[in-house]
Amino acid sequence: MQAITLKYKSQGVAKYYFVAALGLFVLQIVFGLTLGLQYLIGDLAFPYIPFNQARMVHTNLLIVWLLFGFMGSAYFLVPEESETELYSPKLAMVLFWVFLSAGVLTIVGYLAVPYAKLAELTGNDILQTMGREFLEQPLPTKIGIVVVVLGFLFNISMTVLKGRKTSISLVLLMGLWGLALMFLFSFVNPANLVRDKMYWWFVVHLWVEGTWELIMGALLAFVLIKTTGVDREVIDKWLYVIIAMALITGILGTGHHFFFIGLPGYWLWVGSIFSAMEPIPFFMMTVFAFNMVQRRRRDHVNQAALLWAVGTSVVAFLGAGLWGFMHTLAPINYYTHGTQLTAAHGHLAFYGAYVLVVIAMISYAMPILRGREANSRRAQSFEMWSFWIMTVSMVFMVLALTGAGILQVWLQRLPTEGAMPFMQTQDQLRFFYWLRVGGGVGFLLGLLTYLYSFVAAPGSVEDESAVYPGLMPLREQKA
Amino acid sequence: MSQNKPSGFTKQMARNMFYGGSVFFILVFAALIFDSERKIPFRSNAQAITPAVISGKHLWETRNCIGCHTLLGEGAYFAPELGNVYKRRGPEFIKAWIASQPTHIEGRRQMPQFNFTEQQLNDLVEFLRWTGNVNTEKWPPNIEG
Repeated sequence: MQAITLKYKSQGVAKYYFVAALGLFVLQIVFGLTLGLQYLIGDLAFPYIPFNQARMVHTNLLIVWLLFGFMGSAYFLVPEESETELYSPKLAMVLFWVFLSAGVLTIVGYLAVPYAKLAELTGNDILQTMGREFLEQPLPTKIGIVVVVLGFLFNISMTVLKGRKTSISLVLLMGLWGLALMFLFSFVNPANLVRDKMYWWFVVHLWVEGTWELIMGALLAFVLIKTTGVDREVIDKWLYVIIAMALITGILGTGHHFFFIGLPGYWLWVGSIFSAMEPIPFFMMTVFAFNMVQRRRRDHVNQAALLWAVGTSVVAFLGAGLWGFMHTLAPINYYTHGTQLTAAHGHLAFYGAYVLVVIAMISYAMPILRGREANSRRAQSFEMWSFWIMTVSMVFMVLALTGAGILQVWLQRLPTEGAMPFMQTQDQLRFFYWLRVGGGVGFLLGLLTYLYSFVAAPGSVEDESAVYPGLMPLREQKA
Repeated sequence: MSQNKPSGFTKQMARNMFYGGSVFFILVFAALIFDSERKIPFRSNAQAITPAVISGKHLWETRNCIGCHTLLGEGAYFAPELGNVYKRRGPEFIKAWIASQPTHIEGRRQMPQFNFTEQQLNDLVEFLRWTGNVNTEKWPPNIEG
């Protein structure tokens, strides 16, 4: 079999974004392990890398590599959906290097310079935006993110405009534009802490439980169309219903963050009711994925990509849906707010919804970017193993954190009198924290297995198999 | 296959549900935010935000305190909640604690030394005092935060 070539040459830029994403992902996990150990060995790496620095690196790397993943996915998906070359591959490459250097410089800044000094050096006094969770980036980095994202949006919007307009590319564009728009609130930092917190959630919540769900839906729909060959009309309908439910529940669901930060009491009701419905879109995604696989019109040679796609729908439902629902009602959240339960939910939700959907895209696109329809069966088998190792490890870690959270609530929050102080409670949680580190080590091994799949058994699946149930015969039956 | 059967619920209907639903709930959200904005000054005791409180918030941010602590339940879960620390410990303890860091007790979690001036310590305490008076719907459940 001959090597396949990219349908649109400019899709090739996606490769750079994917490689950068995976590199930063590894770094994120290394820092995650450090944090997990610091919970147990409090003075580990102190004073060189205090917990707050390591945590900032861990969370910021996550955001940056997911953005790399989203951008790479868009650069791969949009030309294919629009049936035209990218508006400007050159701009995409320039922005890639700008974003990568800005990202790396920021991380180096976090590690090399005390935070207060970094704030001083980067002009935080001109516009004070630093020092808020997840938005710790210095002003130049924040401006850089805006510039890169605007350039990226210009590029893919122009591509969509000059080509075919599909529901998938439209939804993806809306998600990405929404992402950019909400990020502008990171520049809003009122002196009143309550107001500051309220607008902070405009970025954080309306990203992960709003605009990012549109991106996730579009990417998932794309991978499912490609790997199952199900009619586009059917997939589009599902996609619209899912994202409709995501925003209908998610926008007012923001209220579940407004319970105890000084905002009016009616948010207890609004937030509880709407966020209790937030699992619905995730549940629909699970049904959607299984339904499409059941109705598949071909068995795609890239079975690994399909596993990641189905996996993301299931784990997102568990992490974002169930683990979120568990503590989203105000009377429960009153006790669980800001405990290890929040950490448990955050980890499984991010992994299930966003890490896995990006890997699903990478898994589908990367072989094609490397000139083959799918990797060899051996390489795919490594990928599938890595899915299970990472997922089981993550679930293990999240169960450990859930145990820690429940015990923490029991000791520190529930008693009205004689409650155990914070640090004393932490000592009681050590068993769970050790389990968590175990899960973290397993996760890193899973990730390394995934990376190994790129070099294991090079070559394509066609080399091994006479059967070639390729993309061509069944693709795009309806334009 | 069922996907080829005509179905009552079309893609156009799904799309309209998305646009209609989103716009409607964005408007409701905007209205609630507008109302919250008007109530924030009262609920947060905004007239008590002195220059010292503002300076304290600035110190809080530029030392990345949120990277270890929670404030009104938000932040990292590595170190104690500080939204009610003024009530829990009082101003003198807070200042002495910050000034004496790190403890260097082997194996224990360590807080960096920030070399604050007396003025800066006072500002931080003012910020934490003000935060403690925000109406948080009686959260946290007890003094331990």
